Amino acid sequence: MRIERIKKNQEYQDNDKVDLSLIDPLLAKYKGKKGNLIPILQGCQHTFGYIPTDAFIKISEVTGLKLSDMYGVATFYAQFRLKPVGKHIIKVCHGTACHVQNANLITEAIQESLEVLDGETTKDRLFTLESVACLGCCSLAPAMMIGDDTFAKLTGKEAVNIIKNIRIKESN
Amino acid sequence: MEKTKVIVGLGSCGIAAGAFKTYQKLEALKTADKLDFELGKTSCIGMCFREPLVEIIDATGSYIYGNVDEKRALEIIEKHVVKQEPVKEYVVKTALFDTVDNKFFDDQVKIALRHCGMIDPESIEDYESQLGYASIRKIAKEKISYEDVIQCILDSGLRGRGGGGFSTGMKWRFARNNKSDEKFIICNADEGDPGAFMDRSLLEGDPHAVLEGMIIGAYAIGATDGVIYCRAEYPLAIKRLNIAIDQAREKAYLGKNILGIKDFNFDIHIKEGAGAFVCGEETALIASVEGERGMPRKRPPFPAESGLWRKPTNINNVETFANIPWIIYNGAAAYSKYGTEKSKGTKVFALAGKINHSGLVEVPMGITIRDIIFKLGGGIPNGKKFKAVQLGGPSGGCIPEFLADTIVDYDSVNATGAIMGSGGMVVMDETTCMVDIAKFFLNFTQEESCGKCTFCRIGTKRMLEILNRITEGKGEESDIAKLEELAVQIKDNSLCGLGQTAPNPVLTTLKYFRDEYEAHIFAKKCPAKACKALLTYEIIEDKCTGCTICAVKCPVKAITGEKKKVHFIHQEMCIKCGDCYARCKFDAISLQ
Repeated sequence: MRIERIKKNQEYQDNDKVDLSLIDPLLAKYKGKKGNLIPILQGCQHTFGYIPTDAFIKISEVTGLKLSDMYGVATFYAQFRLKPVGKHIIKVCHGTACHVQNANLITEAIQESLEVLDGETTKDRLFTLESVACLGCCSLAPAMMIGDDTFAKLTGKEAVNIIKNIRIKESN
Repeated sequence: MEKTKVIVGLGSCGIAAGAFKTYQKLEALKTADKLDFELGKTSCIGMCFREPLVEIIDATGSYIYGNVDEKRALEIIEKHVVKQEPVKEYVVKTALFDTVDNKFFDDQVKIALRHCGMIDPESIEDYESQLGYASIRKIAKEKISYEDVIQCILDSGLRGRGGGGFSTGMKWRFARNNKSDEKFIICNADEGDPGAFMDRSLLEGDPHAVLEGMIIGAYAIGATDGVIYCRAEYPLAIKRLNIAIDQAREKAYLGKNILGIKDFNFDIHIKEGAGAFVCGEETALIASVEGERGMPRKRPPFPAESGLWRKPTNINNVETFANIPWIIYNGAAAYSKYGTEKSKGTKVFALAGKINHSGLVEVPMGITIRDIIFKLGGGIPNGKKFKAVQLGGPSGGCIPEFLADTIVDYDSVNATGAIMGSGGMVVMDETTCMVDIAKFFLNFTQEESCGKCTFCRIGTKRMLEILNRITEGKGEESDIAKLEELAVQIKDNSLCGLGQTAPNPVLTTLKYFRDEYEAHIFAKKCPAKACKALLTYEIIEDKCTGCTICAVKCPVKAITGEKKKVHFIHQEMCIKCGDCYARCKFDAISLQ
């Protein structure tokens, strides 16, 4: 899946303008400290929801970290995203316990309903669908997480209904 | 008389089941009706299958209520707290009378999980009141030398609970013997195994025990700095650890000259993992802490000699650290009286999958797998037949039903081809396809392979392609032999544990369920009826009433037939979505 992510990324045009001054405090905190690369990227993603290309360049200029190193780390770890995400991130658990309880059906139902593939964002930037390894709710499988809310013992239909309800709330 | 206590279990799994809503309801009830009870919170007691859990402690004793939603909370408060009449049918555990779930605890011996679900994890005073930090105090007061601490851990027989099973005492001695001005101690909380959640539960339920274990470890090896490498997917664990570290600093369990022990300076920091399974491997973890791609390094030199920032480093798992304070306080013999000859003490297992009582259990080593699944786990739901249990996550293997009397200790489990791993037990019934399970795990390791070693990077990919082919009904006669050959080569030619164990799920399923592979390849059938491409849906003529529901709902119009006449499924068009099967009210559709 990592290789796929890089591929998708190349197709993507980063047109979003972000306010890069937001990461100034972060850079001031970690500049010059050893082992700072991952915390900086994590902080950056926390600020913007993803790591914009311009942010990579700025981090490199300010801290002296190499762009190639940063790109290497950002594409190695599953946590980092290089393109913008939707307002709500739907994380469908695909741990072992969820797998044996048919988590695939949940993902399929959501894919069909939102018309996106795994890892993609809906056109209205409301939802991003992600498959994740174990959320740690194995006993309540199959499970998904939207924001900080975990939904347990799902069926495909229930999952789609939960998402529809969020969309209704958003449109009001 | 003491106030009645009402305690809600707020671990991640409890919250997922709605415990937070229950907590808010109780809070609202308390203020609205001015009720006189103390509302508290704790973490997971291991009974995930009865979440949300609420414990009520009154003058007569403790009652744990299960499945407490908002409605049930109201009823329990009205009857138990106001009228002092316990609602017996909802009680899942109490010492006062027999309940349905008392059996769940009968064979358990709680050492690592001793405080989980018993104390408020965000209160250091609660921990201290349960002999918390008593072990490090004992060391300070009785001036126990680091050599004696290491000897005690050695004598206890404690082995690494992360899965490696290496003697903890030995590890500490190696780290101690390497001289350096700076040494590190790392707690590996990068619990990546799908199906294992004991580390999360421990960190959420008893963070101070892990800290105390690390402090004792630091004293023993002479470490100056500690790092907890925790998965970012465990936000609640990270939050509670941060609270615990701040409290420990305030009470001077962390800092300079801790508890007056001269020159014992030690502090702990949290590093958040960024989502890479391979970082559970110790050298990859070190690379990740240093801010690099988490790729394993060659050993030797071992971390005990040259680890984090090239300094001597000791790495232990969360569960290992949680055991340490108990062993120091109670002595090596108290611990080693549990277990088998070569595997001492207790082990925590996470039960999940097709099992009635999913949750966390801690049992003495030497208990049989059958006892764990049927006595503690309550057997298989819906009257289905137990087929196999997957032990050790993606590095482990499947143990079939006929080996269920295997006892759990490191060596007996290894002999079956599985590994103990961190203790995730995923139970499978007759509807689980073993080829599909092997494919699932291989898919996981293939994605998580860091790419350093060719055999792991490409070999797992080739194996996965073969398994995909088999489950799609395109398997070839030579496929089993190819899988076996690749498996051996990947095992022999990979640098780290991930690659060396990646073929285990395939090898064990091939060993015990070869007939299922053969059915997929030769008969093009999936005996468990799980592999979609190998299924055929057909209409049973005697039962079909011609209600037309299947024909109307079929998304590809593959079903034809007139009203009140027997319908027909056109196999060449069928996409095997199973919609007709689920919809038919007359059981007139057969699945082969």
